Amino acid sequence: MYGKKLAVVAALSLFTAALGANVAYAQKSGGVLKAYHRGTPPSGSIHEEATNSTLTPYMPVMNNLVMYDQSIAINSLDTIVPDLAKSWSWSDDKLNLTFKLREGVKWHDGKPFTSADVKCTWWDLLLGNGGRKYKLRKNPRKAWYKNLKGVTTNGDHEVTFEFGRPQPAILTLLASGYSPVYPCHVSPKKMRTAPIGTGPFKFVKLKQNESVKFTKNTDYWKKDRPYLDAIEWTIIKSRSTRVLAFIAGKFDMTFNADLSVPLAQDVRAQAPTAVCERVMGASINLIVNQAKPPFDNANIRKAMVLTLDRKSAIQILSKGENRMGGAMSPPPQGVWGFTPEFIKTVAGFGPDVQANRVEARKLMEKEGYGPNNRLKVEVSTRNIASYRDPAVLLIDYMKEIYIDGTLKTIETSNWHATVARKDYMVGLNATAVGVDDPDANFFENYSCGSQRNYTGYCKPEMEKLFVEQSMMSDQKARAKLVLQIDKRLQEDAARPILYHNQNFTCKQAYVKGFVAHVNSLYNGWRMEDVWLDK
Amino acid sequence: MGTYLIKRFFLMLLTLLGMSVIIFVMLRLMPGNIVDIMFDSAGFVDPLEKAEIEKELGLDRPIPVQYFDWIWGLMHWDLGFSYVSEMPAAEELGPRIPITAKLAIMALGFSVLFGVPLGVISAVKQDTALDYTLRVISLSGLSLPSFWLALLILMFSVAVFNDIPIYMEPPENLLDELLLFSIPAAAVGFRSSALIMRLTRSSMLEVLRQDYIRTARAKGASENSVNYSHALKNAFLPVTTIIGIEAAFLIGGLIITETVFNIPGVAHFLVEAILMRDYPIVQNLVMLIALIVVTVNFIVDLTYGALDPRIKYGS
Repeated sequence: MYGKKLAVVAALSLFTAALGANVAYAQKSGGVLKAYHRGTPPSGSIHEEATNSTLTPYMPVMNNLVMYDQSIAINSLDTIVPDLAKSWSWSDDKLNLTFKLREGVKWHDGKPFTSADVKCTWWDLLLGNGGRKYKLRKNPRKAWYKNLKGVTTNGDHEVTFEFGRPQPAILTLLASGYSPVYPCHVSPKKMRTAPIGTGPFKFVKLKQNESVKFTKNTDYWKKDRPYLDAIEWTIIKSRSTRVLAFIAGKFDMTFNADLSVPLAQDVRAQAPTAVCERVMGASINLIVNQAKPPFDNANIRKAMVLTLDRKSAIQILSKGENRMGGAMSPPPQGVWGFTPEFIKTVAGFGPDVQANRVEARKLMEKEGYGPNNRLKVEVSTRNIASYRDPAVLLIDYMKEIYIDGTLKTIETSNWHATVARKDYMVGLNATAVGVDDPDANFFENYSCGSQRNYTGYCKPEMEKLFVEQSMMSDQKARAKLVLQIDKRLQEDAARPILYHNQNFTCKQAYVKGFVAHVNSLYNGWRMEDVWLDK
Repeated sequence: MGTYLIKRFFLMLLTLLGMSVIIFVMLRLMPGNIVDIMFDSAGFVDPLEKAEIEKELGLDRPIPVQYFDWIWGLMHWDLGFSYVSEMPAAEELGPRIPITAKLAIMALGFSVLFGVPLGVISAVKQDTALDYTLRVISLSGLSLPSFWLALLILMFSVAVFNDIPIYMEPPENLLDELLLFSIPAAAVGFRSSALIMRLTRSSMLEVLRQDYIRTARAKGASENSVNYSHALKNAFLPVTTIIGIEAAFLIGGLIITETVFNIPGVAHFLVEAILMRDYPIVQNLVMLIALIVVTVNFIVDLTYGALDPRIKYGS
């Protein structure tokens, strides 16, 4: 199956490359790309945030060591290309990864980029060895670099990452928009408020609730890039207003994955020339507080998994457009997710929901619950429609197995604080993964001790499997193991996935050179190849 | 009069002091603080890192210390720093205040300019088709929520003109500014104008039945003179009170209107700041609004004396 997916990726790449070759002669420099943003970014520091509100506008300010080919829609290990690293090589024991860095690259303030910047980004900032000077306020992707044991430099233009065990897929994490190189000489505070990078665009100004502006880096190391003179994001909090403004032609692009299925349909109907591309949004999942009785009981958790009617939820909430899957994003967008054949073998995913519920009721009865002794629970979720709606459906599904749920909405800004305090019984959550790779997803969301493992799911045998898949260099064999791991995660009710959202990013037809990355929202916004054909 | 002014001034100070305590305490009673919200965008909460940031922002200090620190700062024109942007609060608020002030003045102007004359006409033409039409308009003004009206205007504009009258860039000149703010001002002022119109109508109807109006007519005064010079002046007293109250209520309408029309004023900014628990912004802004409200009410009280010679202060 992995081979098939690779073939699809290769075909897409060839098609895109061919398309690129055809239009290469027409690329025009100049112009300001005007897009809207859904709200003020919490900060400009990509390493401190886990939201596309920051990543989308600020990714063009930065460079990575390596990145995903911006012209290919599906990210995978095979679509990684050089960025600030000219090349990379593994040691024979696969424990050291050495990058040869570009020379003559300058930060936006004119200082030279060197290997010391790479070292301080990973060793000092992300692994927290830099003391007070290099202290990030928040470090949400610490779990990505659990296996990184050292970073050493060899001169100004070579750096080596040392790992505790082989991890071939580390490159997929380093290629994410979430993995930019930071300048050593700039304070974390400055990076939050006015970031400095080596990227194609320089930060100009952020006005809260108004706009965030970037201008072309005329000294960019990549010749003839970027094409645009500037990018201006106008912040519009009201979704109706911003979508109407796009329809009226006030903007060249929408925000990253801002449109739901019905909204994209509206845009297509009212602005037929606009181009809307479907991207994989967050997965909607059930979080069960395993520390609170009776949810410490595996049978009750399993019964909750079995009562889910994913097909109806998808039909009701997205007219059948959202996708069914496990922890990993499902195909055709996702590379590692449940295939249509495999999904039938996963408990709770089969088509006969009634049969599943019969089994679920038996499990509940075994634990003493029944029509006359119903379990009462609170279902907590963020107080926004995209969370509330599936939570209401979840309550309905649970009624079928003697569980009476009441909806408890949490003010959206307090959601993670509530989850972190474990101040919930059952919750409805959304999880977007930075990179469509098991190393990112498993270690971040399901590994023992990870800050973003909200349910506290922790099984030593699963940890071993996470590491085993991570060490495999044969990607076909790895894909098979990943399917089995994902199956276990769903059946264990670690964080059962209800569905994967489908969202849309729209642009006017004259915006060229932008390819929406369909299996991650966080990797395709470098914008250096984007130009305006008008 | 002098004694009255001094008394009122101290009463205003007392009100503002009470407001400062209420807003300060209420903000801190709300669940969660800026640090929780910061971590929300990172998708996790680390208790140690959280404590460090709270210390950095001074949130770990006792509440009374934080309060007096704020008041001391206010007295020295130091509004503190926005937790969100890490910029001085004065720099964040400064450019936004004139925008909302202009919008509020235009909305209030719209409501008075439409509400008062239409109320007079409605009263003078009582029980005619025109009166019924104006009463229907005023009822619709009272029953249409301003956000709905604003969205309707935007949708109509896109469907018919393929354009949308929202704030994208700062206007280049006064005319552009007037044009840009006229539609949002009308949207938010419509409700107030309806209220003013209904009150003017009922007040006028009462006054028009007074003896001195009959006397004015008997003396041969023209209809316009009777309606506007004799009747309206006396009918205007309760209307003035409502205008004062509406000026305070406008801020509620402006929050929605600024959001829908994407106007970067303080009203929308206040809501965002509350959601983000950006205490320095919220505290200072609420104090500013309180100051405006008590000042407007003070002015309204003084206006009574000018409008009605029977009202004397401090004697």
